[in-house]
Amino acid sequence: MLLRHAPDLSEREVTPRDLYLNRRHLLAGFGGMMLAGAGAAQAAVKSPFSTDETPTSLKDITSYNNFYEFGTDKSDPARNAGRLTVKPWKVKIDGMVGKPGEYDLDDLLKGMTIEERIYRMRCVEGWSMVIPWNGFPLASLLKRVEPQSGAKFVAFETLVRPSEMSGQSGFFKILDWPYVEGLRLDEAMNPLTLLATGLYGESLPNQNGAPLRLVVPWKYGFKGIKSIVRISLTDKQPATSWNIQAPQEYGFYSNVNPEVDHPRWSQATERRIGDGGGLFAKRRPTLPFNGYADQVASLYAGMDLRKFY
Amino acid sequence: MAIANLRIQPRFPTWPVYLAGLIPALFYVYQIFYGDLGADPAKTLEHAMGEWALRFLILGLAITPLRRELGIGLLKYRRAVGLIAFLYVVLHLTVYLLLDQGLDWPAIWADIVKRPYITIGMAGFVLLLPLAATSFNAAIRWVGGRNWNRLHKLVYPAVLAGAVHYVMLVKSWPLEPLVYLAIVVALLGWRVWRRT
Repeated sequence: MLLRHAPDLSEREVTPRDLYLNRRHLLAGFGGMMLAGAGAAQAAVKSPFSTDETPTSLKDITSYNNFYEFGTDKSDPARNAGRLTVKPWKVKIDGMVGKPGEYDLDDLLKGMTIEERIYRMRCVEGWSMVIPWNGFPLASLLKRVEPQSGAKFVAFETLVRPSEMSGQSGFFKILDWPYVEGLRLDEAMNPLTLLATGLYGESLPNQNGAPLRLVVPWKYGFKGIKSIVRISLTDKQPATSWNIQAPQEYGFYSNVNPEVDHPRWSQATERRIGDGGGLFAKRRPTLPFNGYADQVASLYAGMDLRKFY
Repeated sequence: MAIANLRIQPRFPTWPVYLAGLIPALFYVYQIFYGDLGADPAKTLEHAMGEWALRFLILGLAITPLRRELGIGLLKYRRAVGLIAFLYVVLHLTVYLLLDQGLDWPAIWADIVKRPYITIGMAGFVLLLPLAATSFNAAIRWVGGRNWNRLHKLVYPAVLAGAVHYVMLVKSWPLEPLVYLAIVVALLGWRVWRRT
């Protein structure tokens, strides 16, 4: 029995999204400057890739994060990420591309259609959420910078700025900074692979990886590198942070797979955050590729996913 | 027993210690009904109960060194501290079995045999069972004082198991579990050094 004295729903959750987005458009139009800094509204078109599962509340998505640059506790990012300067933001694109360079994020976003993609997110620790991202396919960006024919992988790096990222300046080094991640080029070009710029119709909160983060919905959450400052195309499989830290626990692929346990967490089931059951919320079975097998299983045809975990 | 060097000998009865030990548990009961335990309430409770168990176990382990080194005589409260620690161990285990795993016994058994940090945590719990079961005066007479003392040395591996369990369950090397482990190692090391 779970009693609550206050309603859990915010106004955002009971107001149809189109309606409040509309209202914000009007506000932005009339007095745009007044909204600056407070999570600016982002227009987005709906995507056929969205799940119709109920999204996790904005409060849970923004208060329960792994973002070790701001501390190892899941409440640390919400507490500490506010200091991060996300504007201006540059992304270096280099390696095996026809158009390398250091791009201003605003320029990268020009001409991109921002979509709303409601994706399931599965953390390697055995919990999950449903998150309404705003963003655009990574493929759109990669095509624009023209990958060379020999490119096979995409490597990513997160910002290193200890003055604003408290977890990077701690006495103990939690991870080797910068945080690095990578995808095979065909994974990166899959239409599901998203570069997210927003959440719930607004610009991305810092703790969720502002201003630009990767979302690969069929892989464990840690593959979704946050606050990206560098994207490199290479012909070699890039090193990845958690694989460097504990190779027996975190592989390069990290596809959601209920059949392959992590040494410390069974992956057979997951707890959906904010499931409604509160304290007694039941675990639910985890789906192969987090339920996206139809779209991505072919990428791994013939591979032993116990070996390439 | 160096009773003579006790400089501080509190006259306080032990019941307030039991009450004080219940405060964290009552706080979480309040949180369950009126508060916000965050996005993953079962995990929050599980971690909180485990951490309080470790804190009280450490407190119990500190009583003898405090007496020998600083003359602070808290011996009469050690049983209370130990039983409160055991209460939090039981709560921690209950939250894991009931709220985390939903009494899915095959999954729980798989956890115990396949995941070393759960094996070690469970071993710590089992080591504490005979201690809790013999924590009343009649049991001391029944077992015999010397045997009782020997039996209760099981708390040393049990606390160590608890601290190691915590270090092993976190990703990377955050500070907090390492601090607990360092305190436990120091308190056990003191015993080796003093050969008690």
